[in-house]
Amino acid sequence: MDLEEAKEFKERCTQCAAVSWGLTDEGKYYCTSCHNVTERSKEVVNTEAIPNTKIQAINRGLKRKQKLEKGWDWYVCEGFQHILCQQADALQTLGVGPELKNEVLHNFWKRYLQKSKQAYCKNPVYTTGRKTAVLEDNPSHSDCDSAPELLSDFSCPSFVESGAESQPDGHARKPFSIIKAPQSEMASICSGSLDGVEYSLRKEKGIVKMSMPRTLAFCYLSLLWQRETVTLSDLLRFVEEEYIPYIHAFQQFPEEMKLYGRDKGIFAIESWPNYEDIYKKVIEVATFLDLPRFPDITEDCYLHPNILCMKYLMEVNLPDEMRDLTCQVVKVTGIGEVGFLTFDPVAKKTETVKYDVQAVAVIIVVLKLLFLLDDNLEWSLSSIAEKYNEDNKEDKPWFDFRKWYQVMKKAIDEKKQKWEEARAKYIWKSEKPLYHSAIDKPVVHKRREMVVNLQKQFSALVDSTPAVEKKSPSSFQFNWTEEDSDRTCFHGHSLQGVLKKKGQSLMTKNSLYWLSTQKFCKSYCKHVTTYEESNFSLSYRFVLNLFSFLLRIKTSFLHEEVSLIEKRLFKKKYNNKTKKKSSKSRKVRRH
Amino acid sequence: MSDFSEELVRPTTEDEQGETCVLSGTGMCFPWLQKHIETVGKTLVATGGKREKDFAQTTSACLSFIQEALLKHQWQQAAEYMHSYLQILEDSDSNKRQGAPEIIWRLGSEILYYHPKSSLETFNTFADRMKNIGVMNYLKISLQHALYLLHHGLLEDANRNLSQAETWRYGEKSSSKEVLINLIQAYKGLLQYYTWSKKKMELSQLDEDDYAYNTASQNMLNHSWKTSINLCALIQIPGVWDPFVKSYVEMLEFYGDQDGAREVLTNYAYDEKFPSNPNAHIYLYGFLKRERAPREKLISVLKLSIEKNMILHRKKEEHHKLGLEVLFGVLDFAGCTKNITAWKYLAKYLRQTLMGSHLAWVQEEWNSRKNWWPRFHFSYFWAKSDWKDDKTLACEKALVAGILLGKGCRYFRYVKKQDHQVLQKKIKQMKKSVKKYSIVNPGL
Repeated sequence: MDLEEAKEFKERCTQCAAVSWGLTDEGKYYCTSCHNVTERSKEVVNTEAIPNTKIQAINRGLKRKQKLEKGWDWYVCEGFQHILCQQADALQTLGVGPELKNEVLHNFWKRYLQKSKQAYCKNPVYTTGRKTAVLEDNPSHSDCDSAPELLSDFSCPSFVESGAESQPDGHARKPFSIIKAPQSEMASICSGSLDGVEYSLRKEKGIVKMSMPRTLAFCYLSLLWQRETVTLSDLLRFVEEEYIPYIHAFQQFPEEMKLYGRDKGIFAIESWPNYEDIYKKVIEVATFLDLPRFPDITEDCYLHPNILCMKYLMEVNLPDEMRDLTCQVVKVTGIGEVGFLTFDPVAKKTETVKYDVQAVAVIIVVLKLLFLLDDNLEWSLSSIAEKYNEDNKEDKPWFDFRKWYQVMKKAIDEKKQKWEEARAKYIWKSEKPLYHSAIDKPVVHKRREMVVNLQKQFSALVDSTPAVEKKSPSSFQFNWTEEDSDRTCFHGHSLQGVLKKKGQSLMTKNSLYWLSTQKFCKSYCKHVTTYEESNFSLSYRFVLNLFSFLLRIKTSFLHEEVSLIEKRLFKKKYNNKTKKKSSKSRKVRRH
Repeated sequence: MSDFSEELVRPTTEDEQGETCVLSGTGMCFPWLQKHIETVGKTLVATGGKREKDFAQTTSACLSFIQEALLKHQWQQAAEYMHSYLQILEDSDSNKRQGAPEIIWRLGSEILYYHPKSSLETFNTFADRMKNIGVMNYLKISLQHALYLLHHGLLEDANRNLSQAETWRYGEKSSSKEVLINLIQAYKGLLQYYTWSKKKMELSQLDEDDYAYNTASQNMLNHSWKTSINLCALIQIPGVWDPFVKSYVEMLEFYGDQDGAREVLTNYAYDEKFPSNPNAHIYLYGFLKRERAPREKLISVLKLSIEKNMILHRKKEEHHKLGLEVLFGVLDFAGCTKNITAWKYLAKYLRQTLMGSHLAWVQEEWNSRKNWWPRFHFSYFWAKSDWKDDKTLACEKALVAGILLGKGCRYFRYVKKQDHQVLQKKIKQMKKSVKKYSIVNPGL
């Protein structure tokens, strides 16, 4: 009851109007004349700035005994193994043969563990001297020395029986009996896995560290090895559509595999995979694993440009007759040859064919051959076709580029809108919150609870009508049928309007062509071209946008591929480097 | 608290370094390349070429979907997107996380205010939750929450809310907080004044000799003290506080504190720091008249008041300028978009102002609004829905749209096209006015 301290409070008492205040034990003001206690309390005078509450909280956190969750002992590579397993299972439900998981992916993974010296070898490389000593004390591991024969060893129970669900057997497990790094005792740096902290700090030359995007590189390599009918863009789209576990994959870990601290940075990611990035990682992983030449991509393989071109022609509603032309381009450019198509990480280290992008680029080149796409010729050809179709209603209709543009523009805009909406609604955060450290934990949990409560409130306002049922996964995103009157199907339309007879063969009426890229860098950078949108015709931009949306790639990336095909197609022009416009007219043979 | 530790622990992954290589690997130095990277670069942040996470990208897309839904009054969709947007409270970027509660409060309260399925309880729960996310918004949300309750006639709940906010303490008193606390107290005072004046009414109906009279007057007395405490702090701060000042003075007068009342009013009218306010002089004059002050004094106050008012309304036209300002301001608020009176007057004032060739005044108001009003008021969507709901409103709005945006604007075109027998004359007039006064291409 300090009257001195209460002097600064000068307001009248609400009961008796006197100004005579004292302080109660709780620090509240009370009136000394009528003993009325106010709701006001004396302000705590801070000498420091506001953030001191933060410091207090951190102090409290440090004082408090570390309360980290205890679960199974597990290693980062086991986590990845579990995720790869889930992904392989998902691929299997999508219709991929069981060999992919049991043989191919399994062997790739074993090879990875061996190459990165995490298992199947004598001296796991990343452990410190002390840890290797632990290993050498244990002679029972000599049987692990022999490297697994690639694609011959089918029996690794820990992998075939769905990864880490079965407690890892001695095979993969023991070489890791590492004592946790001393830093992990600090409250701020910790991890649920045994080696999470170390793993995130590891930076060794020549070692490809496992990461979430690299799990997809492994999946794609296995698909490619099996010559499955899944392209890289399909794979990534399935990931985004959640047919293949990726963003939330770590949530499927068994309850006892606790995940926090540094594990968060390793397993929890907040981006969808990106084509260029995964493509690079595919090559990187294949090179690191020192994989031999992959099985041949021959003309009957799905990944062969002739077949893929047909697929994409159907997808974007272009006439089947264009197939002859795409085959022709494939032949002239030589991109259909086995040697060119087959992936051989050792021989050509820096490149493999982007099958899907390349096929689409071929189609674009053919469209340019036929219609020039200079915002002029394609429209006048369309007018001719339109007139012909009006006059000859019984005949097979001529392909009308303008009509096709209208139909496709509408379809793609709708699709894009839906795609953007779905992305905006995507729920990234897991139900079980991930925290960085023990200090962090209560805050993160509280925040999660708050979000869940708020979400409940808003979902109560949303109509309970269930969202449109998720459609089954398909490598086709569009479906064009003859019946639908609103969405004309152009598959059966003819190209007569744009081709002309010359002797035995057919030629394109259009004899002009413009090159997407005038010059290629000669320097070592291998950079092909930069795509500045405004420099190109509107219809070319439309076609590029259409296809790059289908493959979910950047338009510049596709433009680059188009330029590469053109480089092969017009080799001479590039060598001469004199003419800007090629006036090459090409002969098209008819079957 | 967590941001601190996150900064410490943030791992640099290999991927990030990989990205840097990609950028430097282009090996080109076209002058436009940097710009190109920046435009491509919603995905690429300039510092080290680190890619923005898709999480950040989708949440910001989500935000624009919510805003669009709100613009179109699609509360259902807005609620749907809101469900996803809440994730931003868990963003690992502490800056974004800290800015989020205010955005969520603003959007969320708007949705809950209008959504047909929303109720008082929903709003209350939401407000209480939002108050306690962080500490930055407690006072602001409390005040707005109280105003919401007042709007629904729940005076007691509002009062309780304000009392809670009043006693809330966190950290040091900052100036922005002080203003908020004063406002909260003043609103509390206003509520108390309301009860007080109700009691006064009751009292006036009672007989002075009645026993009940004494208790009632005692009651009143208590209330007045509380109120004066609450009100006097706010009216010291420069500003326009008409309702607060009026009620405060009324109470002071009632209890015979004439000196106090005079001081307050004089201060309110003459203090240079206060914005010039004709009402302040009227209040003072009224008070002095009641007090039967000497004639000379009354006249001097009146003179000054008139002088001030003269300055304010020096010209009739300038009056229009103020009118325009107010009308534009009123129509900035989502709650007033369908206020036909406001639109009618805006159309009238616009015409008159332009007739008086004060194009600059219109442009002054319009410039800050021209990038959002077209979507906010004059979209095709609104043209259709306004025409369906209220044809007269649509006509007034179309006239304004035509003047501000020219006859090519979609709203104007839509209304112009409609065939309506009764309104035919009006539409014809509208077309004429637009042709004559549209600020777009004034040369034509």
